[in-house]
Amino acid sequence: MAQFDEKISKDQFEPAIIDASTSERISKPSLNYWQDAWLRVRKNKGAIVSLVVIGFLIIMALIGPSLSKFDSNKQNTKHANLPPRIEALENISWLPFDGTRTLKNGNVVNPYEQKQIEEYYWFGTDALGRDQFSRVWKGTQISLYIAFLAAFIDMVIGVTFGAVSGYFGGRVDNIMQRIIEVLSGIPNLVIVILMIIVLKPGIISITVALTITGWVSMARVIRAQVLKLKNQEFVLASRTLGASHAKIIFKHLLPNLAGVIIINTMFSIPNAIFFEAFLSFIGLGLQDPLASLGTLIDEGFRAMIAFPYQMLVPAIVISVVMIAFNMIADGLRDALDPKMRD
Amino acid sequence: MIKYIGQRVIYMIITLFLIASMTFFLMKLIPGTPFKNQAKMSDEQLEMMLDHYKLDEPVPVQYVAYMTNLVKGDLGTSYQFANTPVSELLGARIGASALLGFQALLVGTVFGIILGVIGALKQNTWIDYGTTFIAVIGKSIPSFVFAGLLQYYVGVKLGWFPVAFWKGPEYTVMPTIALAMFPIAIAARFMRTEMVEVLGSDYITLARAKGANYFEIAFKHALRNALIPVITVLGPLAVSLMTGSLVIEKIFSVPGLGEQFVKSVQVNDYSVIMATTLLFAFLFIVVILIVDILYGLIDPRIRLAGGKK
Repeated sequence: MAQFDEKISKDQFEPAIIDASTSERISKPSLNYWQDAWLRVRKNKGAIVSLVVIGFLIIMALIGPSLSKFDSNKQNTKHANLPPRIEALENISWLPFDGTRTLKNGNVVNPYEQKQIEEYYWFGTDALGRDQFSRVWKGTQISLYIAFLAAFIDMVIGVTFGAVSGYFGGRVDNIMQRIIEVLSGIPNLVIVILMIIVLKPGIISITVALTITGWVSMARVIRAQVLKLKNQEFVLASRTLGASHAKIIFKHLLPNLAGVIIINTMFSIPNAIFFEAFLSFIGLGLQDPLASLGTLIDEGFRAMIAFPYQMLVPAIVISVVMIAFNMIADGLRDALDPKMRD
Repeated sequence: MIKYIGQRVIYMIITLFLIASMTFFLMKLIPGTPFKNQAKMSDEQLEMMLDHYKLDEPVPVQYVAYMTNLVKGDLGTSYQFANTPVSELLGARIGASALLGFQALLVGTVFGIILGVIGALKQNTWIDYGTTFIAVIGKSIPSFVFAGLLQYYVGVKLGWFPVAFWKGPEYTVMPTIALAMFPIAIAARFMRTEMVEVLGSDYITLARAKGANYFEIAFKHALRNALIPVITVLGPLAVSLMTGSLVIEKIFSVPGLGEQFVKSVQVNDYSVIMATTLLFAFLFIVVILIVDILYGLIDPRIRLAGGKK
């Protein structure tokens, strides 16, 4: 404490000039909610990389099937079970694209040479001689389509239900909450499987089955947020000015909930992809010739010991899709969630 | 508290009744009969079969009969698996599923908590990023993809563990790991968040100011407080284990409920599908109820919120 004993004379200080015009100056341009959120997403490297990866996968899902010379449904049994071979990469020994496969006894064979096949199948072929490359991207396309559709329907039902329930309150809210309570008590696995058994597997029936219980979590979150918002002054103001209930909900409340809606939708996309693949894997998914990532994994799994590449490629694609969507959703949650704002 | 539990039990019964009814009517909507050789049967034979199983009666009569039997605990007989009573069929399989589920839950929570604690203690270092990345992967990769890869590389290529079937403790290793991936990921993320929050609280600062050593602070003060909320994720975890068990049991040929369910779905065995669905639903609901009650006991705020309703 010795240093405090030193005396400091008053003339060593001078008063600071208080200038009201500079102290109130805003040094940076003011950002709205979305610009602010974008700043924070940008700091999250994982989310940005994932965004690029998802962009790439969506483009490949759209143009991939036509990049390959072979049609995804064209069967050619003479070319069945060929390992992957890519033109420029076949001579690089450590890459698995040289068109050879290892037999159980350890011998390496090249079916392309044995069968004298000139074509290059980039990801190999399946048991019916269909080109895996175009099938994988076709499958990605269908999986993403189901996931986006299911997530969108979940969003529409969930937001409407939650907003109405929260906004009107009272008896309406009470009845609607009991419905949600019963629905959320039913395990979604059980209801999805039952619906698929009854509806017969197909793109639409899988989507419907996924949405039956999928919207409940969205409705809950939206209701809680609406309950919080509806007593605020801006709602009272527009009600005083004579705005209708529908207008208040859709014009005034929903824009304030955009962040929550986006976060929830982003989390329901990987969930839908998982459930679709899951159904395919237990034999309740899409039927041949339609392919999704789930059916491809299921087919590949059956031939796994002899032809591991048939399982490996779709497995890698679905894992990358799932990881990327989860990382984006996490990044968006950190950026948009008002509770996390620092 | 008793009022709260009573209320929850009543909800549970209503939900179960609804699920049972819904399952019944949905099963009735499925086209076709559950008999394997239907195409080869003459009309008379088919009629006799339908009559034998009382499938020719009006649906409401069948419904009442089914519900009455259900209350008595009679789940009917299987159409496909040699006329075995369903309860016997499922009873023989519940052991394997229970063991697998319990092991996976144990492995999942223990490893998850360890990973989460390490991540929180080494916050914002590469160790933290590593554990977070493991958690993201565990949460993202579907369990059946992971199980398939595990079976191929560890089972077939390396030959460390048996590839499939259920004949002894070593046979449980791979299914348990495959099933535990998701719980590990969820528990790790949750634990890390809780631990970081606790480590930043005043009583930790006080303990540090007192001069308590690092391990004492981490384990005696922080861990014990951070562990309490983990109970809340046990419910969703147990539910995810049940979903996962369907595919994992199929992949590793484990003679459990999930494998039976998948088999029954493929051959249209109504009574087994219905019974397994009900059993799954029952387990789901009971697990969630137990977790809610446990949490209510630990955290009085939950109890109050529930009681007011």
